[in-house]
Amino acid sequence: MHKIVVIFWSIVLIAIGLAIVFHKTIQLGIPLSADEKTEIWTVQARLSFESDNRNVKAKLYVPNVTPGFVKIDEHYISGNFGLNAKISGDNKTANWAIRKAAGEQTLYYLTTVTRSDTSSSWVTIPNYPKAPKFSEPYSTAIAKIIEDVRSESADTASFAYELISQLNSSDANESISLIKGLARSDFEIASLVIKLLAVAHIPTRKLWIIGLSDAANNVEPRVLIQVHNSDEWITFDPKTGSTGIPANHLVWKVGNTPLYKLENGNNAELKFSITKSYIELLDLAKQNAEQTGSIFGQLTLSALPIQIQNTYSLLLMVPLGALLVVFMRTFIGVPTFGTFMPILIAIAFRETQLFWGVVLFSVIVFVGLLIRFYLERLRLLLIPRLAVILVVVVILMLLISFVTSRLGLDRLLSVSLFPMVILAMTIERMSITWEENGAQAALLQGFGSLVVACFGYMLMTAERLTYLMYVFPELLFVILGVCLWMGRYTGYRLGELLRFREMKT
Amino acid sequence: MISLAHPKNLINRGVLGINQRNTDYIMRYNPRRLYPLVDNKLQTKELALKAGIAIPKLYSIIKINHHLKSLENLLEEHREAVIKPAHGSGGSGILVISGKVGKLYRTPSGDLMSLNAIKHYVSNILSGMYSLGGLPDRAFLEYRVKFDPIFDDISFKGVPDIRIIVFRGIPVTAMIRLPTSKSKGKANLHQGAIGVGIDLNTGCTTHAVVGNKSTTTHPDTGRSITNLQIPRWKEILQIAIKCSDTVGLGYLGVDIVLDRVLGPLMLELNARPGLNVQLANQRGLLINLEKIEKIKELPKEINQRVALSQSLLISSSKGCLHEGTYTM
Repeated sequence: MHKIVVIFWSIVLIAIGLAIVFHKTIQLGIPLSADEKTEIWTVQARLSFESDNRNVKAKLYVPNVTPGFVKIDEHYISGNFGLNAKISGDNKTANWAIRKAAGEQTLYYLTTVTRSDTSSSWVTIPNYPKAPKFSEPYSTAIAKIIEDVRSESADTASFAYELISQLNSSDANESISLIKGLARSDFEIASLVIKLLAVAHIPTRKLWIIGLSDAANNVEPRVLIQVHNSDEWITFDPKTGSTGIPANHLVWKVGNTPLYKLENGNNAELKFSITKSYIELLDLAKQNAEQTGSIFGQLTLSALPIQIQNTYSLLLMVPLGALLVVFMRTFIGVPTFGTFMPILIAIAFRETQLFWGVVLFSVIVFVGLLIRFYLERLRLLLIPRLAVILVVVVILMLLISFVTSRLGLDRLLSVSLFPMVILAMTIERMSITWEENGAQAALLQGFGSLVVACFGYMLMTAERLTYLMYVFPELLFVILGVCLWMGRYTGYRLGELLRFREMKT
Repeated sequence: MISLAHPKNLINRGVLGINQRNTDYIMRYNPRRLYPLVDNKLQTKELALKAGIAIPKLYSIIKINHHLKSLENLLEEHREAVIKPAHGSGGSGILVISGKVGKLYRTPSGDLMSLNAIKHYVSNILSGMYSLGGLPDRAFLEYRVKFDPIFDDISFKGVPDIRIIVFRGIPVTAMIRLPTSKSKGKANLHQGAIGVGIDLNTGCTTHAVVGNKSTTTHPDTGRSITNLQIPRWKEILQIAIKCSDTVGLGYLGVDIVLDRVLGPLMLELNARPGLNVQLANQRGLLINLEKIEKIKELPKEINQRVALSQSLLISSSKGCLHEGTYTM
């Protein structure tokens, strides 16, 4: 009896979900898969600061010349501030002002861009710079470097290239090593290269770019340098010497001044968030603004604020992960520690990437287990012991961060996103399983968890599925229906076919 | 190459899978409110005493860490005892003390434990190490079963127990679990104990499995473990039926041990009994479950139910090759 009811609801839910998808694809014309050309990126710059009841002026540089991209849309969220946006030379600025403002202030600039082949280029023609003065021993060293570089280059571009590659070569001569000591961060290296080129009277400037990745908050802008060869601006990466603007990067500003300027404000902070969407959705939104035909057209994620969109583009993938767990447990019978632990691990893998994620997980659990086995001898009470394991896990994560930061493996710093409480519980349960049911059972469950986490990662990062869930959130009904149906599956698990293989015919 | 069973073959043999056990039997016949009666072994003991079912004697309950002080006196009074968590599942957290050597306590596997080690062990139980969801638990001390000599040759340093699955008050399948050196003397199939199927009609052992593999002899003693008569079989079936009546769960696993002096004793009950009993018997559970499901009016009288249970399988064997020391 119940089974029929469950199947009924399951079919109803799946039908509702699919019907909305069909409606959106056929009547509203949204494609089922993404086309790279139709990708659009929304970049948000958020300037926040505190002011103490004085007149405040804030100047924020915003994109103007954007090679490889075209701006579809831009808008400002100014609160009570007066806004004046103006273009000067190659840059555009948003100038906010207010007579009196007290407390925390936040200003936003949002722009939507899409890829474009139409070329846009810089108009400013620079003057030849004056050579900066250096003190000894630097001036002698610089003179030598410039001479070396000049002898090996033909024109402005090759001069700049040769200089950068000498600065970054591994077997540097004495003068180079001396000069290199002046710059540490990427920003300082860019400034140094600009100064050295000025010695040779080559006009240069900085170029600020933002890497476009999906669902990214707190994106750091990168600094490149541009060299003018009396015809055009040529872009260089001051660390590698490679020319041109790297793919998937939006030019934000040119020039040596910082990205914003603030009068009478403290604790200023500028943050960039980026999210990816698709032109069709934008068209849809416009269509609906004109003729409010379908309510489903309005229920798109692009109507939400950008940070929330980024959160949901991750959250919408979690039900898919849950579906995978249900499948792996009910149909395959893979043993795992904790029901949804593998999904939380898979979410952490998104930051570390699969291979390093697996390595980090294994290292933490392995070392954690060793320590846990020692703790067994100390005879601690359960709750303090769990706390000890949790602290050990945090220490391990910190150590890994120190080591990988030294080795320059920045990606692995995101080990800090591993769910540490879940890891601690996994270690505790694994050690108990080890003692109660033997090493084989414990390793099998650990391995099972890892396998499910890997599949979960692959599923939750699949481009196509991410697009589908983002554009058609109504697929959640389908997932719900499938979960209901799987909840009444009474057939054998794959593991049972193995387990009962000795049942004689 | 790993060989798999064909699902069709398993269906024909009436093999019950975990998914179906959970949805069609446990969820349908076991009301959740009754779970505490079997999940808490102390409650089970209390119920069994009231219903006149023989159980290992309860010596003492340890509720809080403070009570650990009395442990030394308790172990002085009862040289042999078993320490259990009230909420342990699947035989986890059980510690058997088989005697005292100087100041140390001996376990059946030959290990020696200090009083402090035992206290730590019990304190782990109290903090919920073996209970579901890590909730604080109680520990208790009970009589250590002296197992029947019939099992001397086919059991390794532990107590074999008989598992009977009772469906709607009728025993539908049974097996005996024999500890091995691999299972460290525990009667737990997942840890390497042997499962031996029992013919419901005669009480004779039929077929045996270690893990998922068939066997005919005990790996440690080399003695044959099939065709063995379980003594006092009818009595055992009666106890299983009484247990089912007492807790009211429609799909119940009953664990019974045979004590040399006291006879069959109910050890514990299980609301989610495992499925390996099918391998041990080489017979799917669904065959008997479906037979019982079809009967609308089941007999009330215990002996009639024993008879019904014994008629579920028309067995070809007329008796066993080896006779037990006890007869009915």
